[in-house]
Amino acid sequence: MRGRVAIAGVGLAGCGEAPGWSETEIAAAAAKNALADAGMTARDVDGLVIASTNIFMSGLALAEHMGIRPKFTESTMVGGSSFVGHLIPAALALDAGLCDVVLVAYGSNQRTGVGRAEAGKYKMALDPQVFEHPYKPFNPPTSYALAAARHMHQYGTKREQLAEIAVAARQWAQLNPEAFAREPLTVEDVLKSRMVCDPLTVRDCCLVTDGGGAYVLTRADRARAAPKKPAYVLGVGAAHWHRQISSMPDLTVTAATESGKRAFEMARLGPGDVDVLELYDAFTINTLLFLEDLGFCRKGEGGAFVSGGRIAPGGELPVNTNGGGLSCVHPGMYGIFLLVEAVRQLRGEGDARQVKGAQVALAHGNGGVLSSQITALLGTEETL
Amino acid sequence: MSPPSGPEKQYLDKLAAGRFEIQRCAACAKHVFYPRVICPHCGSDRLAWVAPSGRGTVYSTTIVRRKPADGGDYNIVLVDLEEGVRLLSRVTAIAPDQVRIGMAVRARVADTLVEFTPA
Repeated sequence: MRGRVAIAGVGLAGCGEAPGWSETEIAAAAAKNALADAGMTARDVDGLVIASTNIFMSGLALAEHMGIRPKFTESTMVGGSSFVGHLIPAALALDAGLCDVVLVAYGSNQRTGVGRAEAGKYKMALDPQVFEHPYKPFNPPTSYALAAARHMHQYGTKREQLAEIAVAARQWAQLNPEAFAREPLTVEDVLKSRMVCDPLTVRDCCLVTDGGGAYVLTRADRARAAPKKPAYVLGVGAAHWHRQISSMPDLTVTAATESGKRAFEMARLGPGDVDVLELYDAFTINTLLFLEDLGFCRKGEGGAFVSGGRIAPGGELPVNTNGGGLSCVHPGMYGIFLLVEAVRQLRGEGDARQVKGAQVALAHGNGGVLSSQITALLGTEETL
Repeated sequence: MSPPSGPEKQYLDKLAAGRFEIQRCAACAKHVFYPRVICPHCGSDRLAWVAPSGRGTVYSTTIVRRKPADGGDYNIVLVDLEEGVRLLSRVTAIAPDQVRIGMAVRARVADTLVEFTPA
């Protein structure tokens, strides 16, 4: 699969607050921007991919809304990692000639949408999860807090080290005019913030925003004809071992150990080849676990690794250059934003936050409660 | 489909009668929780109910922070039973911030839920 398909366009819409916009409308607006970026319109799309936490048959809804009559539709829903995972079926469909242009889109009005709390109650009734819900975990934070507490117990990881991850994300966000949270943030601020689920404060938790994103995937030859530099898909790997946190075998080791290995093998690359990382930081512990599990540092050493500004602007390893889910945007599912930022970095469109000479980008998606793990490696023409 | 209900309902019915039981696989001898149709270790469907010892160890713990007006803070734990299975639950009889990873605990059934107290 290496290098056979590429992202030809990316777009965002409604990031931050989009009051009065429906989820499908936000997805369509992001899709329009991604198509324009690829020098295309909805008329060019013959493959459509979308996932939603709310919209039943979201693929039908978005196609209807945009006037698309897709030959290929895909809506695998494995949580926030879905949009990274969609690279796999979309690439297979393109490679098999089932379609020529795949649009992958997401939209959410999680912050300003009306009736979200009520909808949450209905969802719980439809999917009761009788072995966890009766104890009233405040999920997702409770599940991630249990993982953080275990990592601290087992490896001596400190809250200050987790806070460094939030501070690094904020410093990147301060370089990104599109980021939602840009006011200064210190380690002390994170530690003193309102505790949500020990040891995670509200600043260890991602934002709750509105927002949508989209990308356009084509075979490599067609991507070369697009106006912008293509971002080639060099490797993708997916893995999941559980859904509920009580079924996660070891809370300090995620399935990213497998997804990352698969993606690196397909790409014929290793961690040392990666210039920029976009990691699904729904919580500070995520970034730490994924740095370990993807092989950027050893298991248990993530706390020391992120210390001293190593992943912040100016540090040796650029991580979450848009500000991440912690400080840029997080509308329920963040996966698509990983790829949008990765593509922008590979094109050199990062402005003040641009990682100089970025050739290989890693986008790692997480879904559920450290459940679904999907790793993608993207590269410029030079990496083929 | 010989049993009158699926394993989830069987488990909940037992709990409602005050009994906490888990499954044990007759094929691979491993214990299973939560109750399932197929053993997640070996794929066998020869799962039988057994009463666990009730002894367990706190694997991880957190405090869900809640305003006093809404009932105040409460504890959520993952407990490893000595049979080798893990469940999400709560430790009661001590303050939420007194629960520690590695603490020995004992299961009890309260209000049709399995919860734990310090052993």
